[in-house]
Amino acid sequence: MIEHVSAQPSSIRWRSAGLFGTALLLWAVALLSLRVGSIDISTADAWNALFHYSADSYEQTVVRYFRLPRTVIGLGVGAALAVAGAAMQATTRNPLAGPSILGVNSGAAFGVVMAVYYWQITHPIHFVWFAFAGGLAASALVFVLGSAGPGGVSPVKLALAGAIVSSLLSAWLTALLLLDQQTLDIVRFWLAGSLAGRDLSVFFAVLPFIALGVAGLLLLSHQLNVLSLGDDTARALGMRTGAVRALVAALTVITVGASVAAAGPIGFVGLAVPHMVRSLVGPDYRWILPYCVFAGPVLLLSADIIGRVIARPAEVQVGIVTAFIGAPFLIGLARRRRVADL
Amino acid sequence: MTSQQASPVGRNMRSRLKVIRLRGISFRANLWVLTLVCASLAVALLLSAWALTLGSFSLPIREVVRALIGSGSDQARFIVMDLRLPRIMAAVLIGAMLSMSGAIFQGVVRNPLVAPDMIGINAGASLSAVIWIVGEHPSELLPIAAFAGALMAAGAIYLLTWRGNIAGARLILVGIGVNAMLGAATTILLVRSEIHDASRIVLWMTGSVYGSDWNDVRVLAFALAVLAPVGVVLMWYLRVLQLGDLTAGSLGMPVERVRLALIIVGCGLSGVAVSIAGPIGFVALMVPHVARMLAGPMTSGVFVLTALLGSILLLGSDMIGQHALPVGLPAGVITAALGAPYFLFLLYRTQTRV
Repeated sequence: MIEHVSAQPSSIRWRSAGLFGTALLLWAVALLSLRVGSIDISTADAWNALFHYSADSYEQTVVRYFRLPRTVIGLGVGAALAVAGAAMQATTRNPLAGPSILGVNSGAAFGVVMAVYYWQITHPIHFVWFAFAGGLAASALVFVLGSAGPGGVSPVKLALAGAIVSSLLSAWLTALLLLDQQTLDIVRFWLAGSLAGRDLSVFFAVLPFIALGVAGLLLLSHQLNVLSLGDDTARALGMRTGAVRALVAALTVITVGASVAAAGPIGFVGLAVPHMVRSLVGPDYRWILPYCVFAGPVLLLSADIIGRVIARPAEVQVGIVTAFIGAPFLIGLARRRRVADL
Repeated sequence: MTSQQASPVGRNMRSRLKVIRLRGISFRANLWVLTLVCASLAVALLLSAWALTLGSFSLPIREVVRALIGSGSDQARFIVMDLRLPRIMAAVLIGAMLSMSGAIFQGVVRNPLVAPDMIGINAGASLSAVIWIVGEHPSELLPIAAFAGALMAAGAIYLLTWRGNIAGARLILVGIGVNAMLGAATTILLVRSEIHDASRIVLWMTGSVYGSDWNDVRVLAFALAVLAPVGVVLMWYLRVLQLGDLTAGSLGMPVERVRLALIIVGCGLSGVAVSIAGPIGFVALMVPHVARMLAGPMTSGVFVLTALLGSILLLGSDMIGQHALPVGLPAGVITAALGAPYFLFLLYRTQTRV
């Protein structure tokens, strides 16, 4: 495969240029995210807020305490979800697999609902650790259930176990929400997925996990290539598929758990961005994952910006806007090109 | 993925294939599947009979039978015929329809993880129903609005997927996209609505057979009577389709027409069921797997078994939600709780490569 790629230097050049272009696009979107909102702010003010902050300026305060946290959280969460989604699609070899396939999202949602229902916690900043713990516990359970039985871990078994645990948790959650309108009123906004109302402490709390997970998955991208050939082929090539899959799953769960904790269950980015990237750069995960690092935040931050301006002065949650701008793009790509089979 | 089923169950099944020869006709019957079908039919009937006796006003089975055949007191007749029987029949029919539709979609796109909940059909029904709820429209017409939504979503998915053919992979991607958009629109309404409406929305989206009447049962029974036989016949074609489009085509099968027919039947089953009960989860995704693990690859017989198991699951869930818990809960909350342990047991026990 390496020989094949290096035989076409133009392809490498083209893909590198594309990667650079995506990174530039992300830079532009991130800058826009600092500037655009319920009040528009000049680039100079945004710049000063970051590097020569003066507390007297109203504009700089807005940037520093409202726009900057949601922008950096958007960067981290977008990258985390897209990379984790691609990794899950590679290990399960199923285009329906997203970052939430191991039950992280419903576990996190369950943790948050428990926090609201039993401990009367109401602010999204305090949801972080409940969401993270819930997500990790749910995926640990999924992994135990999926690897039980004589056959050992198989991707479909794992995915089905994930679907079961998710539906069990959401059944419980729905029952609670049906019986307690007050909890529903607090939780429904969190459940839509949003970057608003978090401060930098949230970002720094989840950053180590996201950084660890994304870096680990990037390092494993070659193994993902091999895994995506199928278990039998991967094993014939000398890979210990069980160990690699467990490692990938663990990294994915950490990454996604942290991002759900920060921003709520935003499902679509992790599901769709890998498909979009794949239809642009082909099936090689050594390219898909780096592209995802930049393309995920581009989608998430543009959705966040649009959500801020579309209903000024109110906001539309980013989880909602992501689906509206991402889905037509995904459908268009699915129609335009030959669908790259996994 | 579903076709590689080298399992003890599979071996059993082959040894239990019996050729039955009557004068002029001969066919092979799978006795194991037949046994399972008869057993689950019996369980479904017993469960229904039991459900008829349960309630705040408990009736002995003798009273129930008398009410069913038209004698008995007016009160018993009212309770059995007007309150309990429609709800039980609705649960049975909806369970069957949802699980059959799941089996069809898993076969058509050749993906064991797919269900009508995931590719936008239920999301279409939900969005339409939620618009109806938020708009304070008369709730009697809610099922019609929901069905129209399911129909529009299915049409949109089909048209957007069509490019000379319906490739399974493309259908999934388009379905994910449509599902995400419709789901996001539903979330907007959920977040923006008054908390009173939000509660009703969550209740509807959980799915329940509460308050089903004879009109609902008539609609469901009609849809099932039309679509289920077509589905049973199409299962034979679906097995050929599992071999891949090229093989199926070279065997002389009109691949696209068969696929269109399967999609119409699957959408019809799920659309009608969801429009009356709301998007009840778990049944469509999991019951086909349970049937396959018990009985082997999806054939017409296993398809019938799938339907019966779906009925049992939904009826059992509704009974638990209604009678066994301190607070009444909609069936959609219980299906997963009731079905999951059994499914996990099967997953653990069989070596079937699902």
